[in-house]
Amino acid sequence: MSPLKIKKGTSRHSAYDLRDHHDTEIARHTLAVIVDNEAGVLARVIGLFSGRGYNIESLTVAEIDADGHKSRITIVTAGTPSVIEQIKAQLGRIVPVHDVHDLTVEGPSVERELALFKVTGVGDKRVEALRLADIFRANVVDSTLDSFVFEVTGTPEKIDAFAELMRPLGLSELARTGVAALARSEKIC
Amino acid sequence: MAKQMTGAAMVVKALKDQGVEVVFGYPGGAVLPIYDEIFQQNEIRHVLVRHEQGAVHMAEGYARSTGKPGVVLVTSGPGATNAVTGLTDALMDSIPIVVLTGQVPTFMIGNDAFQEADTVGITRPCTKHNWLVKETDRLSPVIHEAFHVATSGRPGPVLVDIPKDVQFASGSYVAPKDAPTGHYNPPTKGDPDIIEALAEAMETAKRPVFYTGGGVINSGPGASKTLRKLVEMTGFPITSTLMGLGAYPASGKHWLGMLGMHGLYEANLAMHDCDLMINIGARFDDRITGRVQDFSPDSVKAHVDIDPSSINKVIHVDLPIIGDCGVVLEQLLDVWKKRGAKTDRAALSTWWTEIEKWRAVDCLKFTQTGNTIKPQHALSRLEALTKDHDRYICTEVGQHQMWAAQYLGFEDPNRWMTSGGLGTMGYGFPASIGVQMAHPDALVINVAGEASWLMNMQELGTAVQFRLPVKQFILNNERLGMVRQWQELLHGERYSHSWSEALPDFVKLAEAFGCKGITVSDPADLDDAIMEMINYDGPVVFDCLVEKHENCFPMIPSGEAHNKMLLGEDVDTQSAIKEGGAVLV
Repeated sequence: MSPLKIKKGTSRHSAYDLRDHHDTEIARHTLAVIVDNEAGVLARVIGLFSGRGYNIESLTVAEIDADGHKSRITIVTAGTPSVIEQIKAQLGRIVPVHDVHDLTVEGPSVERELALFKVTGVGDKRVEALRLADIFRANVVDSTLDSFVFEVTGTPEKIDAFAELMRPLGLSELARTGVAALARSEKIC
Repeated sequence: MAKQMTGAAMVVKALKDQGVEVVFGYPGGAVLPIYDEIFQQNEIRHVLVRHEQGAVHMAEGYARSTGKPGVVLVTSGPGATNAVTGLTDALMDSIPIVVLTGQVPTFMIGNDAFQEADTVGITRPCTKHNWLVKETDRLSPVIHEAFHVATSGRPGPVLVDIPKDVQFASGSYVAPKDAPTGHYNPPTKGDPDIIEALAEAMETAKRPVFYTGGGVINSGPGASKTLRKLVEMTGFPITSTLMGLGAYPASGKHWLGMLGMHGLYEANLAMHDCDLMINIGARFDDRITGRVQDFSPDSVKAHVDIDPSSINKVIHVDLPIIGDCGVVLEQLLDVWKKRGAKTDRAALSTWWTEIEKWRAVDCLKFTQTGNTIKPQHALSRLEALTKDHDRYICTEVGQHQMWAAQYLGFEDPNRWMTSGGLGTMGYGFPASIGVQMAHPDALVINVAGEASWLMNMQELGTAVQFRLPVKQFILNNERLGMVRQWQELLHGERYSHSWSEALPDFVKLAEAFGCKGITVSDPADLDDAIMEMINYDGPVVFDCLVEKHENCFPMIPSGEAHNKMLLGEDVDTQSAIKEGGAVLV
């Protein structure tokens, strides 16, 4: 039979592009999932990931529309293109899920994470920690004579970098929120 | 103003307003208020089951044979956990059922109260959706939404967990027409561009095949009608999964028979060699594809499915169409007709010649000799003697199930109830009771193996109590036949625990429950015995003693491609499954 006269990715209505299936490369994707803020909805999302063997690198959730009872779940996951497609389709069929957006492929987006670092030390190390914190535009949110708590906001990479620098200077505790992300131009909910 | 009533009254009112005629259930402490309401009315019939798993399978049988949702009512704790197998079964096979469970009162939840279980937690992964209703005012809208979710999009089981204090308290009742439907409304219409591309591909295809599944049945009788029209007009061959049998009639001239692991030779080879595969409402299950890398290597594949997650999950398809099978079939038929209803007739005729050669292999042939009944023979005789009846067939799971799919012919949708995805032994008997409840005058037969049948045999009590004349056609080989077959093929004929020791006398067992038992072992007596079963007005346990070591063929060994099928009789079974395939189930 003659080759199909349909161009890849031309269909507006289909949930799928006509992709090549030589997909073995694992990539990181940030998904924004808009859900009804009802009991058990987070358990459904997490259960889907554990039940089907997908990865969660980070997950944040909070109500974003109190009147409309909607929450936004931001999930960072990794997988081959076909696994990512499956994750999105599986999320999409959870009944209280309204929308699933793959911020990684849907255009430019911004990602931020907040982290708190407790750095313990005295003398030169303490001075150096404060100097580096300044470079990273970290805020000092608590201080004792032998410790600081820094607040850093930025991309996950920036937080990783700051943690690497603080480790030899007495990093004793670290708390991260996970990623919150938004598409840059278009409003999605 | 909305009507005030107790939560328990609301449950019964909501069921009536949803058009429910029958509820399969079992009472217990946490549902007593609802049972009290059921006692005081006559519109909804309640079938008292003997085990909650049976209730769910009955509801599945009812749903599959009518297209309407089946309803189950069970108590908290063990009542709910016993329903889990049935819920998972319904989820895998996309069967719409609504399960209502009682729960301990809201103020006791979390206290490890008597008969408390985290029902919504336990059933979250085995329902399409579930709800715990903590306020009586929310109860009726949730029940209406539950019916909506169970029956729209890809159908499935839903569960509503109702604490006892919510059943006792009063609140306002909301009728279905006033209840908010929520945002859940999956689209049913397919993408016109891709449908156009599929129609175009159909015009030039040289070796096309329709591969249809349970989605066509679930879409309703209209989908089967359109499918038949499309198949007759195009002249394309058609095969179906286990779940889709009956959508196209077995007597139809384009019918290739079932495909898959125990599918017909001509169906599997047509799938392997086709150049255009049109999948309508099937999901490329591993029983169908065999070795994925070698699955139909040279075909353009189209896939119609209402569930986007089914598409590209296992097999990459070229033409994905998300929509309801019935709606998309209409769209496709319209477009293809508008374009001139063209096909490549010359190529099709060559393709059919090739198919006829495969058909001539006669992969289901068997020889009935000697004094022992071959299971294939028993089913062939059952087919011959019952095919003109208003007949519904259920099955359990195993060899008998595959033989039933091979040797019985299904002319219409909703006539075939079998556990496909989950493969639940013990499914068929309760399912047959559910079917008979919906079709009191029909001939309802459960083709069973003795091991599967014993898993839910307590439902004999239900069949007798409600005067449901279900026929239990047991192919008794005193073995777990399919397990035995795999042990022969794969584990050096070491038959570990795959025989049925200490079997009951099925005739006495039937009589103990107050129904009829028939046993037959001589091929010469078979027809008379089957006629006796058909003509008896009441439930019958038919114990058909068959050849003990019969294997089910044809078979695609696990881990192999469609064109590596084993045919019957002279097969070398010793090396049939290679090391890589052995890890697969």
